[in-house]
Amino acid sequence: MDGLMVPMEHVLVVAGLLFTCGLFGLMLRRNIIFMLMSLEVMLNSAALAFVTAGAHWAQADGQVMFMLILTVAAAEVAVGLGLVLQIQRRFKTLDMDRANRLRG
Amino acid sequence: MNSIVLIPLLPLLSAAVLILSTGKMPRTVASLMGAGSIGLSALCVALLASSFLADGEIRELTLWTWMSIGDFSPRIAFYIDGLTIVMMSVITGIGFLIHLYSIEFMWDDESLCRYFAYMNLFVAAMLLLVMADNLLLLYLGWEGVGLCSYLLVGFWYRDPDNGAAARKAFIVTRIGDTAMALGLFLLLTELGTLDIQPLMVAANTQWQTGDTLPVLATALLLGGAVGKSAQLPLHTWLPDAMAGPTPVSALIHAATMVTAGVYLIARTYGLFLLAPATLEAVAWIGLATLLIAAFAALAQNDIKRILAYSTISQIGYMFLALGVGAFASGIFHLVTHAFFKALLFLAAGAVIHCLHHEHNIFRMGGLRSRLPVVFASFVIGSAALAALPFTSGFYSKDAILLAAWSLQDIGPWLWAGGLLGALLTGIYSFRLVFIVFFGEARTEPDRQPGWKMAGPLILLCVLSIVGGWIALPLAGVFPAAESHPVNHSVEWISIGVPLLGLLLAYLMFLGGQISVDKLLSAPMARRLVDFWFSGWRFDQLYDLLWVKPYKAIAHWWRNEPVDALYNGIVAASQWGHRRLLILQNGELRWYATIMVLGLVLLLAVMLRNAP
Amino acid sequence: MMLQLILLLLVAGVVAWQAERFSSTLPRWVTVVAVLLALLMLIANLGGIPAERFTLVSYPGEPQGWLMYSQHAWIPRFGISLEFGMDGLSLLLLLLTLGLGLVAVVSSWDEIEFKPGLFQANLLWTLAGVAGVFLALDLFLFFLFWEVMLIPMYLLIAIWGHEKRAYAAMKFFIFTQVSGLLMLLSIVVLAFQGAGEDGISFSYSDLLASAPTGRAGMLTMLGFFIAFTVKLPGFPFHTWLPDAHTQAPTAGSVLLAGILLKTGAYGLLRFCIPLFPEASMQFAPVAMGLGVLGIVYGAILAFAQSDFKRLVAYSSVSHMGFVLLGLYAWNSLALQGAIMQMVAHGVSTAALFMMAGALQHRLHTRDMFRMGGLWQQAPRMGACAMFFAVASLGLPGMGNFVAEFLVLAGLFAVSPWMTAAAALGLITAAVYSLWMMQQAFQGRPDNNREMADFGVREMSAMLVMMAVLLGLGLYPQPLFDLTQPVLEGLLPRMSEPMSALPRLLSEVSP
Repeated sequence: MDGLMVPMEHVLVVAGLLFTCGLFGLMLRRNIIFMLMSLEVMLNSAALAFVTAGAHWAQADGQVMFMLILTVAAAEVAVGLGLVLQIQRRFKTLDMDRANRLRG
Repeated sequence: MNSIVLIPLLPLLSAAVLILSTGKMPRTVASLMGAGSIGLSALCVALLASSFLADGEIRELTLWTWMSIGDFSPRIAFYIDGLTIVMMSVITGIGFLIHLYSIEFMWDDESLCRYFAYMNLFVAAMLLLVMADNLLLLYLGWEGVGLCSYLLVGFWYRDPDNGAAARKAFIVTRIGDTAMALGLFLLLTELGTLDIQPLMVAANTQWQTGDTLPVLATALLLGGAVGKSAQLPLHTWLPDAMAGPTPVSALIHAATMVTAGVYLIARTYGLFLLAPATLEAVAWIGLATLLIAAFAALAQNDIKRILAYSTISQIGYMFLALGVGAFASGIFHLVTHAFFKALLFLAAGAVIHCLHHEHNIFRMGGLRSRLPVVFASFVIGSAALAALPFTSGFYSKDAILLAAWSLQDIGPWLWAGGLLGALLTGIYSFRLVFIVFFGEARTEPDRQPGWKMAGPLILLCVLSIVGGWIALPLAGVFPAAESHPVNHSVEWISIGVPLLGLLLAYLMFLGGQISVDKLLSAPMARRLVDFWFSGWRFDQLYDLLWVKPYKAIAHWWRNEPVDALYNGIVAASQWGHRRLLILQNGELRWYATIMVLGLVLLLAVMLRNAP
Repeated sequence: MMLQLILLLLVAGVVAWQAERFSSTLPRWVTVVAVLLALLMLIANLGGIPAERFTLVSYPGEPQGWLMYSQHAWIPRFGISLEFGMDGLSLLLLLLTLGLGLVAVVSSWDEIEFKPGLFQANLLWTLAGVAGVFLALDLFLFFLFWEVMLIPMYLLIAIWGHEKRAYAAMKFFIFTQVSGLLMLLSIVVLAFQGAGEDGISFSYSDLLASAPTGRAGMLTMLGFFIAFTVKLPGFPFHTWLPDAHTQAPTAGSVLLAGILLKTGAYGLLRFCIPLFPEASMQFAPVAMGLGVLGIVYGAILAFAQSDFKRLVAYSSVSHMGFVLLGLYAWNSLALQGAIMQMVAHGVSTAALFMMAGALQHRLHTRDMFRMGGLWQQAPRMGACAMFFAVASLGLPGMGNFVAEFLVLAGLFAVSPWMTAAAALGLITAAVYSLWMMQQAFQGRPDNNREMADFGVREMSAMLVMMAVLLGLGLYPQPLFDLTQPVLEGLLPRMSEPMSALPRLLSEVSP
């Protein structure tokens, strides 16, 4: 009863690749906008994995989790963009390495 | 029976009232209360003594049970036998005379009220000490008199020297008291009681003569006695204690408190008889003390310090008596000593009082005609002190020397030492008389003693002479001493030696046939006298041995060395904090990377451990 | 009744806090009234107990053994309940707590200007915490109160303290908190160790039966021991105390020295030793050694201080060493002595701290080098100081003497050598007490100094404390009668292991 057109493994590999892309973006980019976008990519890769798994086992949980991630992503974008604006105002830059006020 | 309670209660109540009045009481009322309460108390003692002499019955009175835990139940209770009666009579009788004398002596002092409060408290504590039926209550009185001694030595508290003398008196005696407390613990643990009479019975049944335990217990008790009675090696406090008002020296540091050690040993003689080794130590301590103090007295020039050293020396005789088993003679000497030493101190106080607080005997002189009453007192007191024939001191000291002579083995040595002491006593006591009362006048007295001072002096003069004929009601208290046939030549020697001392003193300090200056011209002699003057350098020795190290340790530790441990922990965590701080660099990407690395590591571990 | 008593104090704290809105003098009246009410409540309830109950031996672990007992469900899931019990010992300490609570208020009557309401509230909350500690039988509840008494005290020091208050308060907090966590760990271990079919229980009576033995027992016991010894304080955990005492406001010092230290001793006597008889016995030589060290060390350091309050604080370290000795000597003489020492030291040290506070209030210094000859300006203060100084050096006739004598007499049967070493404390106590009198009250007076003597309020507090000490010293029997049944209940628990103690000690000492 596999409702998938492609093998699940392929989709999971794609999701993993997407996640890794996002992760590396997060770790390597210094611009906060790109970091946010990378986060977005990671969230979506997770969502993709959930949907795939949900379809594979024909369980609604996957979709539910997708909805949740969607909400979280939306909230994150809202808060994140707010932060971006604040950082821009305060530091006159979007380079996160220069916004290291939390240094101990 | 109620009159027995009144005896310590009257001074105690009057002390309480005087303290609570906080110095606002008029002088007349305060002195009336101070001396009057002791007078009433003395009256009660006299009534008690007369009824005791009539029936000879031992009186016991329990007020209440102090505490009761298991088998340990000391009571606040009195035990009154002949010995107690003797002590109580001395305390209240001489105490009353000294209080009377104090009224005049202390009249101009602003703290008269405080003075009488302390003095009354002292008498109450001293009475408790001698009346106690158990060692714990005795210890209460024992420490109580110590406190009063501290308070009275430091009575003129504005001079830090007086404070130092007072602290020294308290702390040195406290060392002895601590030994005594340990002795009490030992007795309580081994014999299960602290009540004196049952204690002695139990000791006799449980211990054999010469066992280790009685020796240990009595040695610890002896520690307390040595401290309180200013015997070697804890005698150094007494000369300094002369910083107090002179009547205090007369009452506390001559007549009563310092003889408490003698009383303690006499009271617990049953224990000491089981410990011949301790008893012998008592004799040797007494002998050593009496000689050392007598030599020191020879070299002093402060009138009160001479008397202080002579007190130490005379208590040495009492210890000698106890040590040779002549308990009754020891108590006899205690009583006569109380008479003549109180007399001497009061007379010295009168001299000091009339000469604007002059203490140095070399700035006195020629007072014979100017202060006749005081002169007579001094002569009689010194005669008794030197044990000239037919004075009270003669009878008691003679009894001690004879008792020492008749002891086996060590007896003659003790006797010879005692004789040497008697010779020295003759010299130093008449040195004092000759220098102060003869020769040319150096300071003029500005007043004469009034009746309140002269009265007690005259009474004490009488007692110092006739005191030797009083029969103390000590029969039945101590085991009867076996009477030895005594060689008559021995008796003649002990009569002759004090006279020789008097003669020597005359030749040296009045007649001038022996030149003191010439004697002192030898460098060794000068150094020897300095050595005696400093009291055989005991103070310096103790300073070096105890006081300085204690202060040094306290100074070294004052900033809490244990905190170094905790400061170490603090330093270590601060060091760790600084090391770990580099991780906290504020860069978001760095945090993300660390997190990923951590996750990868975790994942790796989990996969490795997965089956 | 017991829960109500604690609640009364807690609620009164809130009332006092809010009362400062109306008047700055109202809060202290609230405190006085609340403490008096609590006392009244206690006494009224005691009236309901038949007299023979006070003499009945109360075995721990039997609910009917307590004079008063109450239990309410709280967190049944974990076997935690609001279980309170009062026996003679708790009653005695409760009376001491409330009495000294009054003294604390009186001693800081017009000292506090900043937020007097909050100050009084913290005072009351501390009292509530201490009362809870003395009454709680559920160990979880006990721990809760242990913390409740800590935090208001921390605030008292941190807000109303003297110049180095932040340091002192933090040190106090960390010492107590860290050791308290060790105790929490031990409590949890104990509860799980004793878990039966009907789940775990934190109740004292249940845990008495199921304490671990062997190595686990020793470690668990140490958790308790450290917590209580820090509070006591025993050497070498005492270093928070001189700082906290010195920096605390007068009322804080009075409470700290008077009753907070006693919670440590109470904990040892009620929990640490009875729960772990075997481990305690093995540990006793060490504990006694710490006691002796504390006595001598505290006395030497007291002598080295120039700060009046610091001197008194170190004297507390010295005196509490006697308590430690008495508890671990574990015979009725020594235990009665230790309990007596708790009470007598509470009173005498509270009085000395009150004296220190009065001096600081008048002279604005605690440095004894800047005092001297105060007797002339303030003879009443001098007389009081003399009284409490000689009380603290253990003069017979005062409660402190009875305490120290009994502890040492009891200890002598167990270990003469330890007794001899501890007796050194009698001498060193004289050294520092008299030195204190010399520095502050004797010596040359400074004639330019104006100083008010004690007034009626201070003098009456002092007189009451003097009367208590004299009463304890001359007729201590009521106190012994009150605690004797408790000790008789506890002693047999340990009689078997403890009988081996003298042998154990003779192996370690010469």
